[in-house]
Order: sequence, then structure tokens, then C-alpha cells
Amino acid sequence: MVSGELMPRAVVIGASAGAIDALKQIIPQLPHDLSIPVIIVVHLAARKESLLPQIFRPLTPIGIREPNDKEPVGAGIWFAPPDYHLLVEKDHTFSLSLDTPVKFSRPSIDVLFSAAAEAYGDGLLAVLLTGANDDGADGLRDVRQRAGRVIVQDPATAEASEMPKAGLRVATPIFTGSTSMIGAFLATLLQRAASDSRETS
Amino acid sequence: MSSQDEIEIPHLLEAIYQEYHQDFRHYSMASLTRRVALARDQMGCQTTADLERLVSGNVDAFTRLFQFLTVQVSDMFRDPSFFRAFRQEIVPILSTYPSLKLWVAGCSTGEELYSYAIILREEGLLDRSILYATDISPEALRKAQAGVYSIDRVAAFSENHRLSGAKCSLSEYYTASHGLAVFDRSLRKNVVFSDHSLATDSVFAEMQVISCRNVLIYFDRTLQYHAVALMRDSLCRRGFLGLGTRESLAFTKSSSAFKEFSPAERWYQKW
Ligand SMILES: C[S@@+](CC[C@H](N)C(=O)[O-])C[C@H]1O[C@@H](n2cnc3c(N)ncnc32)[C@H](O)[C@@H]1O
Repeated sequence: MVSGELMPRAVVIGASAGAIDALKQIIPQLPHDLSIPVIIVVHLAARKESLLPQIFRPLTPIGIREPNDKEPVGAGIWFAPPDYHLLVEKDHTFSLSLDTPVKFSRPSIDVLFSAAAEAYGDGLLAVLLTGANDDGADGLRDVRQRAGRVIVQDPATAEASEMPKAGLRVATPIFTGSTSMIGAFLATLLQRAASDSRETS
Repeated sequence: MSSQDEIEIPHLLEAIYQEYHQDFRHYSMASLTRRVALARDQMGCQTTADLERLVSGNVDAFTRLFQFLTVQVSDMFRDPSFFRAFRQEIVPILSTYPSLKLWVAGCSTGEELYSYAIILREEGLLDRSILYATDISPEALRKAQAGVYSIDRVAAFSENHRLSGAKCSLSEYYTASHGLAVFDRSLRKNVVFSDHSLATDSVFAEMQVISCRNVLIYFDRTLQYHAVALMRDSLCRRGFLGLGTRESLAFTKSSSAFKEFSPAERWYQKW
């Protein structure tokens, strides 16, 4: 099997400026019987309320939640809660932290990506989308170092190109394209993951 | 974490525990690893083993490292709906007690403590209350004891105070001078500040309320279990435990001693 086709054990996604529109192209395409976690960090202007699950729930039947601390990382879609960093421990539980913002962001994409790289190794697929800063680039470096795979949005198609550009400078992606193409790519890959895991379980 | 760190970080934590009796061995590894890496960079060390050598027998270096390992972030009336639930649902029950003990565990620089003191004052209970404010960070405790915050933060504090169901303006409780808000010393008349670790110290006393917010997130599940058991044993029957908005007893084994009191706000009651 080509390495790009191996099924991941977890997907992490990071997006900043333009995130909502970008994710609207991706989330509805995810297989409805998603069998792995898809963990997402979105930068939003300082906010206390959880808006993201409400925005995306109507677009997919997949369960969408914001995790509590030490909650097991199960299959489904997870958003980092507002104003906390979201991390994954080696035992595949979530951890939250109030540590100082990284690159002015909390939640930070780097923090999630690096921790997930540790926890899932080559089973991780990290997706970096539109954004106006370079959060996520350090994280992608860690993902590559742990033999995880990377997808970066084609900067030419991004509402803000700085973040995917910074990502491409540090990591060679297995796929790059517009958000709808990334959605289609994930749909195929994770569909297979869903059926494979049914066979093995 | 490099494979080197996988060995060296536990080694460092063990050495710290042996020499300085601060127990970080059961902290959440994912975030602790980041903080160790930051300390390493800022303290000019190449490896975690170098860092361990630096702090060994060097209290000043350890004090610096300690500041990286603990996270001092707090706000007054953080998550106003949590404090509104305290005011509206718990205070009426507390007012039936002749005297009250409330413990803010992991009080950091004091914002949470003053939030309770202000609510108890507004609800007429402060004079018959004793508040315990504890933390492992001596520096944070000093700031908590001083009760002085940058005036820039006060607008957010005031808004949170209002949203928590305040009876008057927050400005009743502080005086502004030279860019600082100095909180009224009468608020801490009945406050006992002390150094206490949820990891290594013992049960505190018969509390009616324990508030431990955004501290358990730094612990692994083993230490969470220990800390929750310690707090359970420090509470009187029907006493209340308040956690941070993203913390839950659902993932610790000691949850059976508690029932949910105000689940959305993470208030529990000892059963
Ligand atoms: C993020 S702050 C939370 C402050 C405050 N409770 C709030 O929610 O606004 C975490 C605090 O936990 C303290 N802490 C860490 N480990 C501790 C332990 N073992 N025992 C008591 N406090 C601890 C830290 O020093 C820090 O002040």
C-alpha cells in the first residue's frame, strides 16, 4: 500500500482566519460512520462560549463535542474548548491546560499537533488549513519527526495563505489542494478506515 | 518528547521530589513536557539531564524551574455562571449554617478567593466564614495575600462580577492608584493563606465548600483520584465541591462519593 493510503488512527486539523468556511467544505464530507477521532483547533477571537459545535452539528450526523479533561479520545469530531489548550496524552485521553498562549493563541494548533504526534506517531494525519499566522508549523515538524502524515491546504486556495505556506516550508504533504478536495480525499481515506476497523474488530 | 526525554523527564521529577519535596511525578505529561522544554530553553540547558544537574543543590535554579512548572493564570469571577450558581443555589443552603469554612485549593494569585469573599460579603455571610486559600507556589500566595491587580484587568473583572449576579459595583471593593487596583483588606480579614499541595499534603479540615478550579487539569488520572479523595475527606457531609468548567468527576474513580448538584456549572455535593 502507498504510505498515503494507510489508514490513520487519528486526524488533527488546525485552522485560523477563514476556518469556518474551510471546515464547511470538509466536515460534511466525512464518512457518517467515522471510526476514528478527528480533533480540531480553530482560532476564534477571544470568546467564552462554545460556538463551533452549534455551527457544525447541522452539517453532519457525526457526534461533535468539546472534550472534558481526561476524557477518552473516542471516535467522532472534537473541538478544542474556548480558551484552553487541548492536548492528547499517550494513553489517548484528552488533557486541557491554561498554559500561556503559544504564538498568541490558546487553543494553539502547535500544542495539539505536537502532543498528538507523541500520542499517535505514524498513525497521525495532520491537516493544516487557512490562517494568517504561522501557528501549526512547529506542530507539523513534530508530526513529520514522528513519521505522521501531513495535508496542507493549497495556499492559493486559502482565504489567508500565511499558515499553509508556513506549513509547506517545514513539511512535505501527502496531499495538497482546496478544502473541498481535501474533504474528498479524507472521505475516501476514512471510509476505508471505517470498513477496515470493522473487519478487524 | 524525544525518546531521551521519556527517560530524563521522569528522572528529573524524581530528583526534584527527593531533594525539594515537590511532587510533579503524576502531572499530565503532555503539558508538563512542554513546560520542561520551555524551562530548558530559557535556563540555557541543552538537555533535561543538564537541567537536572543545574537544579541539583541549587535552590535559586530550582525556584526558577518551579515557576515554569506551575501555571499562574486566574481571573476574578472566571466563568460568571459558575459563581452565579454558587450565589443563587449554594449560598441559600450555606446561610443555614452558623459558621462556614470555604477552601480555595490551588488559589494561584488570589482572584478566585476574592471572588468568593465578595459574594459572601454581598450575601451577608463573610463575617461568619473562614476562608482557606492554598497553593504550592509561594510567589502566587504572596500575590494572593497582597490582593493587588493591574487596573487593566479590572474592566473584565467588573463585567464578570456583574454577570455573576452582583448586588453592587466591583469598585466598592478596591481603590485605584498608580495603575493598580488594591482590594479592600477587610475582604481577607478571615482568610488563612497557606502552602499546601494536593499531591503531598493531608486533609485540611471540615469544609462546607471546596473550590478547586483548573488545578486538576494539570494532574494525571492517578493524582486526580488522590486529590479528589483528599478533598472528599476534607468536606463535611453535604459539602460542596466546585471544579473548572472543563473538569469533571466522571473520569476519576472517586466520583461515587459525590452527586451532581449543578452539573453544567460543575458543582458537586458530597453524598
Ligand atoms: C491555572 S491555576 C488556577 C487558578 C485558579 N484556581 C483559577 O481557576 O482561576 C493552577 C494553580 O494550581 C496550582 N497547583 C499546581 N499543583 C498544585 C498542587 N499539587 N497543589 C496545590 N496547588 C497546585 C498552581 O500553583 C496554580 O496556582
